[in-house]
Amino acid sequence: MKRVQFSSPFLPYLFIAPQMAIIFVFFYWPSVQAIQSSFFLEDPFGFGSTFVGLSNYADALGSAQYQAIARFTVVFTALVTFLSLGIGMLLAVKADAVLKGSSTYKTLLIWVYAIAPPVAGLMGMMFFDQHIGPLVKFAALFGWDMKVGLNYYDTAFAMIAVSVWKQIPYNFIFILSGLQSIPVSVREAAAIDCRSGVRRFWTMTLPLLAPTAFFLLIINMTYALFDTFGVIDVMVKDKAANNPITLVYKVYMDGFRGNDLGGSSAQSVILMIVVFVLTIFQFRFIERRVHYN
Amino acid sequence: MFKPLSLAGFALAFSATASMAATNITWWHGMAGRNGEVINEVAKKFNDAQSACAITPVSKGTYEEALASGIAAFRAGEQPNILQVFDAGAATIINAPGAVIAAEDLITQAGYTFDREAFIEGVRYFYAAPDGKFVGMPFNSSAPIMYVNTEALEKAGVEAPKTWEDFETIAPKLKEAGYLPLVQSQLTWQFTENFFSRHNIQFATNNNGYDSVVDTKINMTDPNLVMMFTKLKAWADEGYFGYYGAGWNDNQKLFEDGKAAFWIGSSGSFGGLQKTAQKPFSATFLPYWGSIQGAGTNTFIGGAALFAMSGKPEAENKCTADFFQFLTSPEVQKFYHEATGYVAITKAAYELAKSEGYYKEKPAAEVGIQQLMLKSGDWSKGYRLGFYPQIREIMEREYGRIFAGETTVEEALKTIETEANELLARFAKTAG
Repeated sequence: MKRVQFSSPFLPYLFIAPQMAIIFVFFYWPSVQAIQSSFFLEDPFGFGSTFVGLSNYADALGSAQYQAIARFTVVFTALVTFLSLGIGMLLAVKADAVLKGSSTYKTLLIWVYAIAPPVAGLMGMMFFDQHIGPLVKFAALFGWDMKVGLNYYDTAFAMIAVSVWKQIPYNFIFILSGLQSIPVSVREAAAIDCRSGVRRFWTMTLPLLAPTAFFLLIINMTYALFDTFGVIDVMVKDKAANNPITLVYKVYMDGFRGNDLGGSSAQSVILMIVVFVLTIFQFRFIERRVHYN
Repeated sequence: MFKPLSLAGFALAFSATASMAATNITWWHGMAGRNGEVINEVAKKFNDAQSACAITPVSKGTYEEALASGIAAFRAGEQPNILQVFDAGAATIINAPGAVIAAEDLITQAGYTFDREAFIEGVRYFYAAPDGKFVGMPFNSSAPIMYVNTEALEKAGVEAPKTWEDFETIAPKLKEAGYLPLVQSQLTWQFTENFFSRHNIQFATNNNGYDSVVDTKINMTDPNLVMMFTKLKAWADEGYFGYYGAGWNDNQKLFEDGKAAFWIGSSGSFGGLQKTAQKPFSATFLPYWGSIQGAGTNTFIGGAALFAMSGKPEAENKCTADFFQFLTSPEVQKFYHEATGYVAITKAAYELAKSEGYYKEKPAAEVGIQQLMLKSGDWSKGYRLGFYPQIREIMEREYGRIFAGETTVEEALKTIETEANELLARFAKTAG
């Protein structure tokens, strides 16, 4: 292999500078600011701030409301990740097995991904609308009086359904391409050895898909934690009331609607720590079981 | 194709030179849709009426977003000249000393005289300092009023209620006639803040929060408020009241579709409702409990006010004062009132609209302003509570839980009181 050498020791830093500048401006600097203001109680207009130590953290973590939101966030993230990965995988495996008209199936399944997230959220909202939602009427046939926006569990159900629905095509695309990278010879050999398609999936396909699945696991968890913000915002129509919300929505409510900068910063630092711990955990304990080659 | 283009180019160049000579001021607001268009029309009227100043309105999304952008801009030293701040955010901006120049000072410094008495009773105090000085300039002002489905009343053979006692007697008849008797759109504004105002009951200590932020406590466990919500819950259980969540439109929809007999909405809903309501409607005052001593006082304004941000050059402040002066002139007020349904805030504008026969044609448009002009009491002037947008969120959460059957009225109001008092104490620390 040929080793690339830079003529000047500064050149590589120059090349990496634009990228670092962006990360610095959009990640490190705001993070430092957030950590700093999380120790202060501040007047919104910036006329004065009082150092309060860890009391913003204590206020957030000690509040029963915050704990309830944290519990919901855990359940929500687990369900959205599991369901969107599971359904995406099922559809990909099935679409991969289709011989006739396979491109039509694939296109139809991927199609949803082309819809912009807010539009998808809005469509989902319409389906679950209290007055005109077809899914609400459908549920009524089974005696389920669904009240999205009023009943905590019904809203949670609708939020999870819309979030999962939006994420399935993404997982589908990645898993499908992962499946297609499995060599035909390996598949055929497996087919000769084992007749059961289900067993072949667990013993052969899934292990070979592990790198893709691991990547998707991380992506889906961050999606459920952060990117579902839009869905939640559309779903609760700007008024959270007694509806379930996730931690990131709470940060927004306290910081941008309530103008409580210190409290909201403390909450976002807590979230940062959670993601940090989660990522380390995933790389240390799950990635070990993943074989890339 | 070339002609209109070059014409447009000429017009652009022309207006650019025109505004070069003028002092430019900016106005950030939180209005969208038709109300946003009307703001542009008001600005255009101002720019056409004189040549010394040019105002540019910029929509910043919702009320909350407008306030958040204004705050962020102020911290960066890039604040607009005028910022629209909604009722619940009033304490945030008024308690930040030095963020704004009081509208009254601005106007008198510009050489105009300022007459507080020219404004109608209900709008005079909400955005004012404890001594009555106008800090914010009331702009789009509304009152919670009751819209009435006239067809439902005829079918049930009843009259619109004045008091909640009246409502209780007629509700079964309306239900029998196939209507949902009552819906509302905002329990916080209509059944909490204005409940205290309409019944002349103290909402918070320290003169409803006007006198000081220190040790202000909210009075959510008032027995009368407990009674109101106990009744609402009982009505909901009996099918006399429908609650469809904290969203404004989900509740309004039943009235628009003609399924509900009464809807507590905003006087500012009038313009939109004329287009969307499928049945003829009228309006009347927000009902009160006849059994509560001293009830029947006026409600205070909802909506938003305009604040002149500090840190701007003298010439721009003069223009802001000119604009405020222009905005409160009877003609402009009348135009805004008729175009949006928000109430006219000056007596002169009200008289002008009246003399032109506007209310004969549209009696429902007069209800809001009449309600604001009812006799006022010690506690009907409004409130000034810090972190109030968050307190409203707590109320919305607990009220939702009441109607979902997850908690009792007493429990819910107690929770709101406890959490709200914690937030008020927290605010006192930030403002102190």
